[in-house]
Amino acid sequence: MDLNWTAEQDANRAEARQWLELNLAEWRSEIGEQLSGDTADGVAQQMLWEQRLFDGGWSVVSWPTEYGGRGGSLWEWLIFEAEYWRAGAPQRVTQNGIQILSPSVFEFGTPEQKDHLLPRMASAEDLWCQGWSEPNSGSDLASVSSRARRVDGGWILDGQKTWTTRGAFCTHLFGLFRTDPESSRHRGLTYLLVPLDTPGVTVRGFGRLDGDEGFAEVFFDEAFLADDAVVGGVVLGEVDQAWSVVVAAAGTERGLLRPPGRYLATSAELIRLIASVDGDRSLRRRAAIAWMKAEAFDLQTLRVITSLLDGGDLGSESSLSKIWWSELDIELHAIAMDALGAAAEIDDEWSKGWQFALSGPIYAGTNEIQRNIVAERVLGLPR
Amino acid sequence: MRFGWSEDQLAFRDAARDLLSKECGPDVVRTAWEGAPDPKPWSSLEAMGVLSVLVPEADGGLGLDETFLVPVLEEAGRAALPQPITDTAMVAASLGVTGSVVVTDLGGPIVGSADTADGFLLAVDGGVALFDADQVEREPVTTVDRSRHAARIRATGPGRTVTDDASEVAAARDRGALGTAAELVGLADQMLAITVDYVGERQQFGKPIGSFQAVKHHLANARVAIEFAGPAVARAAWSIAEGADTASRDASMAKYLANEAAAESAKVALQCHGAIGYTVECDLHLYLKRSWALRRLWGDSDHHVDRVAGVLFE
Repeated sequence: MDLNWTAEQDANRAEARQWLELNLAEWRSEIGEQLSGDTADGVAQQMLWEQRLFDGGWSVVSWPTEYGGRGGSLWEWLIFEAEYWRAGAPQRVTQNGIQILSPSVFEFGTPEQKDHLLPRMASAEDLWCQGWSEPNSGSDLASVSSRARRVDGGWILDGQKTWTTRGAFCTHLFGLFRTDPESSRHRGLTYLLVPLDTPGVTVRGFGRLDGDEGFAEVFFDEAFLADDAVVGGVVLGEVDQAWSVVVAAAGTERGLLRPPGRYLATSAELIRLIASVDGDRSLRRRAAIAWMKAEAFDLQTLRVITSLLDGGDLGSESSLSKIWWSELDIELHAIAMDALGAAAEIDDEWSKGWQFALSGPIYAGTNEIQRNIVAERVLGLPR
Repeated sequence: MRFGWSEDQLAFRDAARDLLSKECGPDVVRTAWEGAPDPKPWSSLEAMGVLSVLVPEADGGLGLDETFLVPVLEEAGRAALPQPITDTAMVAASLGVTGSVVVTDLGGPIVGSADTADGFLLAVDGGVALFDADQVEREPVTTVDRSRHAARIRATGPGRTVTDDASEVAAARDRGALGTAAELVGLADQMLAITVDYVGERQQFGKPIGSFQAVKHHLANARVAIEFAGPAVARAAWSIAEGADTASRDASMAKYLANEAAAESAKVALQCHGAIGYTVECDLHLYLKRSWALRRLWGDSDHHVDRVAGVLFE
């Protein structure tokens, strides 16, 4: 047990902090009023930010340098994320590619796919959205019915994806398609990489709970996806074997998708808010409790990373984290709403954050599904 | 940065777990409900050096710190060890007071193991003093957890001043909160483990009740609470061992989260056992009642939340 950072890690932190401070200030003066990253104009602003991150070498801290990363350890990644959120930097428009797709590319991609996909993902040249959910397949992901039929030189895609985050602003979709028409459930699915400008693919953005066009429906009408539509091939992993790719990526999405720095930053803002409105003892207590939970998430992440570096794996325990951070995010924002009182109904950062927090227990596997996973795979209860 | 117990710390903990699983099963805890506790697990822990982890080597102790003791205290909690291990090994030992069973009223006015203790560390004006068994008057109380053998204690003799330094007293209280937090995490884990076993066996509607989602979700909630209390306790152990500026705050955070984890685990354990758990014949009550007592000792949740809020809003 040694909770001191090394001199080198302190230096990493100082470097990240300095870079973020300078570049955020420059970027903000460049764009004027900062818009939501879930609108077309906001995405355009964020692309400028992504460019800065990439040019500065901070886009993907833990990736190898050959793919545009910094070659940093998990500790450096964690330190950077803590500084990132502390500095109030924006949510990344590249996040679904970097956090959900890339672990699968690293593990299942061919050398050619890695060489092509990863640097373009890091530099935000390609913006990836996730094509998993369908109108009738939410928690029950294995029930997806969008199809891909093998034809000469490619695939014919049919079906519909939905609740696709930032789909209206992305260039590519990574999705699950049923390639074995005789199959059911998790067998017979293939992980396909689809340029969204493919003829026969239609994207329609629609408003999330907060009204931003952060969601999209993606329709596939006899869309021909050529084998070489993506350099290195459009199939990730083996045909009919998407499930193993999804499972391998799930630990990353659910566990490390949310760096604790985000909640530490929100709890620090909450404490400032309550102090500024002269909040009473009850609000201060609630804020202290939420702060402790954010700290506990940070500590648990330190424990998990230590264990990963010792050769352990993330496994089903990542479901524990997902339940914790998603419910903590709601708690933090609910306290802020109460501190704001009548002003809570004003559509601003806090109310936007509140509405976003409400999605936490729903996406990336609802918390009901996560609790089943904890019960069955961590505690070993019967199915 | 390394957040995890060392191999030595884990080996020490595992040895304690092994010892307690053999010598302090539920039958032994039940013995303490009926009369004097079986002295065996306590003397075995003493022989292992657990009681003198914090005592300097020069004084015959192990000369180690809280990061060695805390994992063992979690095991003592798991076993619901009847003897006052936090009082003796964590609080008294760190104040340089050694004895076979030392108890203190620093954690609250109702003091456990009052009938067998040979040393009484009592709050006195501006400090702490040590009294022998014949220098105190005991007013026994009947506690819900009968194995606590508790009493209110009043000094009748002069005692020996241990410290009149307020910061040392405050540090002793932090250690008490930390030690109790560790015991509570162990208790929470034990209550959950007992319940996981039970719901896997108990059949209703033709299948194990552990296959029902409502039951699964209750137990998942307890597991989540324990998952995040554990690291808070570990961090507080490190902060106190290192003399960090945040030691008091970290101890309060550990006690709060451990309190809540134990409360959650106790609640769902009782619920998922149904009527079978609502009896003194089922072992669950031994752990349940211990957790109720420890949650209010060394500061309840409100007390520790206020302390943390005081730091955050200072």
